[in-house]
Parts: sequence; C-alpha cells; structure tokens
Amino acid sequence: MKRILFKVGTMLTALMTTRVFAETTDKIDQYTLNMRKGVTDISAEVYDMHMLMFIICVVIGVGVFGVMFVSMFFHRKSRGAKPANFHESVKVEIAWTITPFIILIGMAFPATKLLINMEDASEPDVTVLVTGSQWKWHYKYMDNDVEFFSKIATQQDQIKGKIPKGVNYLLEVDRPLVIPTGKKIRFLVTSDDVIHSWWVPDFAVKQDANPGFINDAWAIANEPGIYRGQCAELCGKDHGFMPVVVIAKEPAEFDKWIAEQEAIQMQAKEEEQRLLAMNMTMPEAMTQGEQVYLANCAACHMPNGEGLPGVFPALKGSQIAVADKPRHIEIMINGVTGSAMQSYAKQLTMSEIAAVVTYERNAWGNNTGDLVQAKDINAVMNGQ
Amino acid sequence: MTTTTEVNHDDDHHDGEHHEHHIPYGIKRWLYTTNHKDIGTLYLWFAFIMFLTGGAMAMVIRAELFQPGLQIVEPHFFNQMTTVHGLIMVFGAVMPAFTGLANWLIPMMIGAPDMALPRMNNWSFWILPFAFSILLGSLFMEGGGPAFGWTFYAPLSTTYSGDGTALFVFAVHIMGASSIMGAINVIVTIFNMRAPGMTWMKMPLFVWTWLITAFLLIAVMPVLAGAVTMVLTDKFFGTSFFDAAGGGDPVMFQHIFWFFGHPEVYIMILPAFGIISQIIPTFARKRLFGYASMVYATASIALLSFIVWAHHMFTTGMPVAAELFFMFATMLISVPTGVKVFNWVATMWRGSMTFEVPMLFALAFIVLFTIGGLSGLMLAIVPVDFQYHDTYFVVAHFHYVLVTGAIFSIMAAVYYWLPKWTGKMFHIGLAKWHFWCSLVSVNVLFFPMHFVGLAGMPRRIPDYALQFADFNKWISIGGFAFGLSQLIFLVLLIKACKKQGEPVSAQVWEGAEGLEWEIPSPAPYHTFETPPVVK
Amino acid sequence: MSNKQVQTNNSKMVMKLVAIVFGMFGFGFALVPLYDVLCDLTGINGKTANTAAIYESVEIDESRLITVDFITRINTGMPWQFSAQTRRVKVHPGEMSQVDFLVKNPASTRIVGQAIPSVSPGPAAIYMNKTECFCFEQQTLQAGEEMLMPMRFYVDPQLPKDITYFTVQYTLYNVTSSAEPAEVIAMNRG
Repeated sequence: MKRILFKVGTMLTALMTTRVFAETTDKIDQYTLNMRKGVTDISAEVYDMHMLMFIICVVIGVGVFGVMFVSMFFHRKSRGAKPANFHESVKVEIAWTITPFIILIGMAFPATKLLINMEDASEPDVTVLVTGSQWKWHYKYMDNDVEFFSKIATQQDQIKGKIPKGVNYLLEVDRPLVIPTGKKIRFLVTSDDVIHSWWVPDFAVKQDANPGFINDAWAIANEPGIYRGQCAELCGKDHGFMPVVVIAKEPAEFDKWIAEQEAIQMQAKEEEQRLLAMNMTMPEAMTQGEQVYLANCAACHMPNGEGLPGVFPALKGSQIAVADKPRHIEIMINGVTGSAMQSYAKQLTMSEIAAVVTYERNAWGNNTGDLVQAKDINAVMNGQ
Repeated sequence: MTTTTEVNHDDDHHDGEHHEHHIPYGIKRWLYTTNHKDIGTLYLWFAFIMFLTGGAMAMVIRAELFQPGLQIVEPHFFNQMTTVHGLIMVFGAVMPAFTGLANWLIPMMIGAPDMALPRMNNWSFWILPFAFSILLGSLFMEGGGPAFGWTFYAPLSTTYSGDGTALFVFAVHIMGASSIMGAINVIVTIFNMRAPGMTWMKMPLFVWTWLITAFLLIAVMPVLAGAVTMVLTDKFFGTSFFDAAGGGDPVMFQHIFWFFGHPEVYIMILPAFGIISQIIPTFARKRLFGYASMVYATASIALLSFIVWAHHMFTTGMPVAAELFFMFATMLISVPTGVKVFNWVATMWRGSMTFEVPMLFALAFIVLFTIGGLSGLMLAIVPVDFQYHDTYFVVAHFHYVLVTGAIFSIMAAVYYWLPKWTGKMFHIGLAKWHFWCSLVSVNVLFFPMHFVGLAGMPRRIPDYALQFADFNKWISIGGFAFGLSQLIFLVLLIKACKKQGEPVSAQVWEGAEGLEWEIPSPAPYHTFETPPVVK
Repeated sequence: MSNKQVQTNNSKMVMKLVAIVFGMFGFGFALVPLYDVLCDLTGINGKTANTAAIYESVEIDESRLITVDFITRINTGMPWQFSAQTRRVKVHPGEMSQVDFLVKNPASTRIVGQAIPSVSPGPAAIYMNKTECFCFEQQTLQAGEEMLMPMRFYVDPQLPKDITYFTVQYTLYNVTSSAEPAEVIAMNRG
C-alpha cells in the first residue's frame, strides 16, 4: 500500500515538474504531455473529443481501482476479514452490463457527428495532389500546375551527431507545402511505391497514401503559421526521415507566392533549355555529379557506391555503370518497374542527371571516361 | 463450484497395458516425450528463451531511441529489430507460453491422463525451435531479415523487400501449423476427455478460456497462412493480389491480415483472463463471482473479435458508413471486457485476501490491463484515432495489454503453479524483487509512450524530433530496468528446476480449489490414469 | 467409456476440426474475390468497373451538376507522357461525356501500358459508368508513337445526392514484361 502511494506520488511529481519546465521553455514543448488543439475548427473538435474520452476513461479507472484498493485494504486476512459467501447475482450482472452500454452510447453520439463533419471534402478552394514516395513527398497544385518535391532538409551531420541539432530537427524540408488560410484545401493523397501516410497533427489530417489509389482529406487553416508533421506508415529504411511541412499564409500572400512559383518554374524550364545547348567539362560534371549523388542517391547506393547487398545494388563495378550507358541513362530517367529505383526525370534537371550519370560512370574506380551531356538526356526523354 | 474427487494415484494397468514406473531421462526423454507435463515444460522454457531474445531486440531499439540521432544501428537494421521483436514476442513468447500452461494444466484440471493426441503434441512443440531458427537465421542473410513490421503490409513486404521474405513466410507457416495443431489438441481433449461429472459449467475458467481461444485459433491461423502465401506469390510468382498494376489492391492485404490479426490479439489475452480467474478466488478465499457470466463474456468477446478488424485501418480511406460500423462494434467489446473486470473485483470484495506473489501479479494485471483497455476504447473513436493511429499512443496501448496484461498473467501463472510442478516453494525473496522491479520499470517504460504519442511521435522510427527526447530517455531507462528485472526471474526459475526450496503440500495455497490441487506436489509423471469422479 | 471409444471419438473430432482448418484456409483465399465483389457493389475502395457500361434509356437529371476532375500519373519505370486534354468537366447525371487522353512513348522500344483508375471519394466510383475506356485493356505504343485515347462516360443518376464532386485518377503502369501474348504476337509481326 505504502509502496503504491509512493510510486503514484513520484509519478505525479515527475509529471508536474515536466509541466513546469514545459511552460518556461520554447513554444515547441507546450504539447509534450497532450495532443495539440491545432489550427482548424476540426482539429479543435478532435481535441475536445479526445479530452472527453480521456476524462470518461479516467473516471471509470478511478472508480474501479478505487473499489479495488478499498477492498485490498479492508478485506485482508491480516486485518481479520472473513470471506463472505456470495458468488453470483443476475441483477448486478445486468446492471454492470447496461450501465457501460449507456456510457458508450453517450460517447458514440458526438463521435459520429464529428466524423461525418470531417469526411466532407466537397467544394474546395484549392486542391493539392500529395504523392508519397520513398522517402519524400511531392506536391502538385491542381489549379495551376505548380509542383515540386519536398525532402527532409536536416543534414546528415546533425543526425550522426557531428554538429548540434537544430530546433526543427527532422521536421524541416527544403520546399514546404504552402496553403492559404481561411480557405478549404482538399488534399488528394496517393503513392508512387509503398504505402505512406500523410499526417499534419495541427490539421488532424492523416490519410494513407496507397499506390495506384487516391484518398482525400481536407482542412481550413484558421491561422497563418508553420505546421509540421511526419509520414505515419512504415515505408522502408527512411520512414522516419520524410517530414511534412505546411506553411499557411494569408490569401493575398499565398496568391503572390503561387505566382512567384509559376514564374520560377517557367524560368527553370527556360534555363534547362538554355543549358541543353551547353556542354559541361569533365571536372564540372564530376563536381556537380558528386553533389547530386550525395544528395539523392547515396541514401540507397551509399556514398562509396557499394549499395546495401541484397537490398540496393552496388554501382561500383556494376555492369550498368561500367558498360551499358543507354540503360544507365534510361534507368535514371524512368526508374525500374517493380523495384525501389525511382524515376528522376521530374526530380532532377537534365544537367543534373547528366552530371550524376557521368559521376557514377567515373567514380570509385569505374573510370569509363564517359562524359554525358544534358542534350543526351533530352534525346532519351523526348524521343529522337 | 466444488469438486470432490476420488482419486486413484498412479494406477498401473490400463486395459491390459503395462506401465513402466521409471521416468525416461536425458535428451531422448525431451526429444520423444508425449507426456503433457514434459511438453508443457518444453513450451514454457522455449517461450522464456524467446521472451529474453525478443527482449534483447527491444533493448537494441531502446538503446537507439535513448537519444535523438542515429548512434548505434542503421535504419534498415532498426526496422529488422522492430519487426522480429514483434514476431518473436507474439509467436515465440506469448502464444507458446499459454500453450505450455494449457499442456500442463488442462489435463489435470479436467481429470484426464494426458492430452488427446500426445504424439501430435510432441510435433506441435518441436517444429517451433525449427521455425524460429529460420526466422532468426534470416537476420544474417544478405539483405537482412524481414524489416516491414510484424504486420508485413504489402507492397513493402512484396515488391520492396529482400529475398529474406521467403524465410519469413516459411517460418510463419510453421508457427501457424504448430498453433493449429495445439488448438486441435486442446479442443478434442476438453470435449472428449473430461472426467465423469465434470460438466461444461463445472470446468475451471482457465479451461473455458483456452477452449474458446482454441476455436479462435483454428478459425484465423489458416487465414494468416493464406495472407502470407499471397505475399509469397505476389513477390516470387507474379500474382497481383496486392499490386494495383495487375488489378490488385494493397488495402485488401490489410483486410485479410487484420481479419486474422484482431482475433489473434484476443487469442493472446483470453487465456490470461482464465489465469486471473483462477488466482483471484484462491487468494481472496472466495469463489469466483459470476462464473456463468464470465463464460458468456469470454464467448462474446471471441465472437465480437471477428467483426472489428478494420479498426486498425481507419486511415486507409474507408467510407464513413464502414468507419462508423467498426467504431461501434469495437466500442461494444468493452462491455463484456468490463463485465469481467467487475466480476474479479466483486470476487475480491469482502473476501479475505493475502498477497503472495501470484496474487501481486494478478492484481497488477487487473489495474494495468484495464488501463490498456481504456486506451483501446479511446483508439476506437474514429475522429480522434486519426491523431493516434501509427503513433506511440498505439504502442503504449498494446504494450499495456500485452506486457502488463498477457505477460504478467503468465508470470502470475508460473508463480501460482510452479510449486505444484516442482513440489517446492520458489524463492519468495527473489520473486518479490522480480515483481516490484518489473512493476515499477514496466510503467516507467510504457506509460510515457502515451505522452510522446499524443505529442506527435510516429511509430517505427529510429530517430525523432527534439521535443520527444526527454520522455524517450525515460522510456529507455525503464526498458533497460525491465529487461534486467527478468534476470531475477531467470535465477529463480533455475533454482526451482534444481528443486531448491521448501517442500509444499498438495494444496500449496490455502484457498486453492480444483482437481490439480488434489494430487501430490510435485505432480506425478502420470496423473488421473483412472479418471476421478467429480460431484 | 472405453479407451478405444475415446480414441474413436477423438479421431472423429479431429477430422471435423481439420476440415474447419482447411475451410478457413480456403476462406482466406475466398476473401479475395469476395473483396472484389464487395468493392464492385459498393465502390468503397474507389475502383471503377472493369468492363464497359451500356448507355441505354438513361434519363438526364438536369437539376444536378457534378464536377469531375481528372488526374493523370505515371508510375516508376513508365517513360510515357500522359495527360488529360480536359482536366475538369461539369456534367449532369445521365449525360454522355467524352474526355480525351494523350499518350506518347518517347522511348526507343515498344512499351505496353496499363492504366489503373481510382476515384475519390470512393463511394462515387460505382456511379462512374464508362462506356469506352483505355483502362479496360493494355495499350501498346511503339517507339516514338503518340496516341489520343478517348474515354466516354456518364454519371449514373443514382449518384447519392450528397456527392457533387469527385476526382478520377489514372495511374499508368509499364506492364511490358507481363504483356498479353496477343501483344507479343502483334509485335513480332512487326
């Protein structure tokens, strides 16, 4: 008995001290103990429902354990208690079957109402196609064709402990999704390979990304801000390293941002066409190629080109990198059906693909002497 | 329910066959035994070794998660650890432990001389070490072992996995076969070999819960076999069950898997309910309250378990009507479960309790399993499940019901019946240390998982954002402490097997009732060769 | 009861239980077509029908206007370019409509593709009646070839009143390695 009290007391004290520290540190710790309210009407209702269920469960628990502990104290042999004889009662059984049933019905009503509200994705203002792949997200605005990949931006050195970790460790990306506040955003979620799950806790939105299928969810963000989530379905090696970052801006700012993105995309396309006419030198290609390789390929093929035996093939000394150049280029552009090797046509520019193919064909002792140019990639991508 | 018996001990002759009085010994004894007590012992030791093995993998997981950053293992290996930890604990520790208890106790509790199919019983056990050698061996293959979670969703487990998947499939088939054979044995034994006078409603609760569990097993283990076969053919033989390109559907995998998976978790808890229903009355010195109600509640839980599977799939994109159905059905299961908890408390009420170690574990079970059950009720609420699903909140829930639930009940059972098996009281000091260290550390380990889950930490990740760091540190400390505490249990068990300790009587515990308490301690190698008459 | 009798009873029971085991194994596999049937009936996984619908005596419901969006995607390993000529149509239920899809194979080899449709919200799927669709069969494009693929459909007037809007996504997969023999024969003929 004493020990139980001691244990409970210690836990409560620990909890409370954590609370205290939470309030004095960065905003980031405020939701350490509990779910967050989020920034949508739905997420606030979800939070309220969570608290309601939680309180009901606590009351039930305290009630049952209370009776138990009272019994454990008073009905002890060492206290001289003599055992009673009763061992069944139909009335009591009925009572404690019906009562929980009624409590459940009480819980089911608000839950049903909230669920029906949550599932109505019609009449959106903005529609975004969210595509999960190993191990990043792709966003495409269906109304104006702006699209980009969103990859984790936390550096490997932080992960390996070589430099201190930033405040948004593992929750930062190179290009976040941007949405306007106060507008209904419809998210269409799908996948390019395995099942992922797109989760933004501040919106109470979590939908699985199933390959070949499309799911939808929606949210209306009430406040501008940065909202961070993560992939929520085991999807392979780097499942823990594909965060979701959504920035909500005021509608006017959002419109400006979208226009800027359209312009940037247009410029990038023009730049790529311009680069097609130019040729890289071998040193230029190797330098850029190595950077591209480390940022995009090394996760699976490893910085030393040796891959992960039995899982990801080696490039060092491989037939494809040392001999079959057309196939090498074709794989980079289209990926390999039925494997984890993705298509890089949309993820990298043609110069980047040319550079990385050049790098792979000459690094680690491969030494083919091949120098691939952007125009070679263009020829394969767009047909002769 | 009182049972009085006329027990004839160790009758030599049985339809003219002659018995040898001496018990076999050495490796041959254990390899060829068809004796339910020996097979029970084999299962229990195997389960304990697997528990320590799976526990070691959990230690690797917790060591990596002790701090943010990747310090100890690569993510691919981490995924193998989480996968094999789950597979070992489910199929190698919990299920074989319950089967071991079933083997030891069911024949004695119903007054039967042995299980109905003793030779199949031997097979059921011995294929298990074989299966687990294959599974553990796959970890050393090129490409590593399975790394797609114990739930092996497609297409991660089909197109995007290594060749080690074939070994995983083979191992699961063998484990499934073992469970099915064990279940058939249990059902036939209980149906056909009860002593005269042992009517259905006189059977001990442990026998009832195992009977119902056995029916669940034969119903759903074959479905797992089907699912795992489909994964094999999709991966190696060009089928497209779960591949959209070929007209398949990855979500269908989840339906098939969880149709097995949900009853599976009830398979892992119903025998625990039976154990607690045996222990509480003994140490409260009062009959179990509501025997009939307990039987019906167990049967209801088993039946309901077939219609709730999609509560594991609320985020897959189900239409509202389906989500509502599964929400309501899942909430409903808490009714018979609650009834059981109330009946245990009513058994304690106005009893005359003492707190020997089995009772300590049983009481901890009631409190902590109920906490796990309540978090399960929270998970059933669909709109909020969108925030809980695939986070540490779920991990907290199922570890409460499986560790402080199933595992604690197994420990309670071992402490309760060990003196009957060995004839000696175990080392009570070590047992108490084991209990209290486990109790504190298991809560330090799993309770904070509720918090980090609510705060937004997903499952199955080897590294996490900084706001989860403090709790993860404590969780890891709790994990190491819990692991170390089990070594106390190991020492105690070795001492018990060496027959150290004070001799005990047949009844062992004042208040213990049942046929197994009316035979000597240690239980003779052959018991009830002539069936007792139960009044 | 004699020992022999018990053993006979045991054997009978074992047979029954083994039968249940095999039955449940079969049930596990039977879940596959069962799932397909349920999805065909309710559309809950968003899959549309695999065969052409027939447009016959369908009344056009002028009172409702349904917005249908089209999304095209290419899966890994599929080099084709794939786009919908019209990305959004507004139709009355019962009204026949056509949307054309452009595909181009820029690769230097023949490639066979399979388009897989998916509808969101899922329950709308069974009301999307296609009378002509490139997704019913595999499509072959020779190197450099380009094709305009029509898709003709009407929205079933039975579409529940609360659905006013759905999205159809086509994902194109490269299935050359498992192409139907007819395609291979056609290719060998040149």
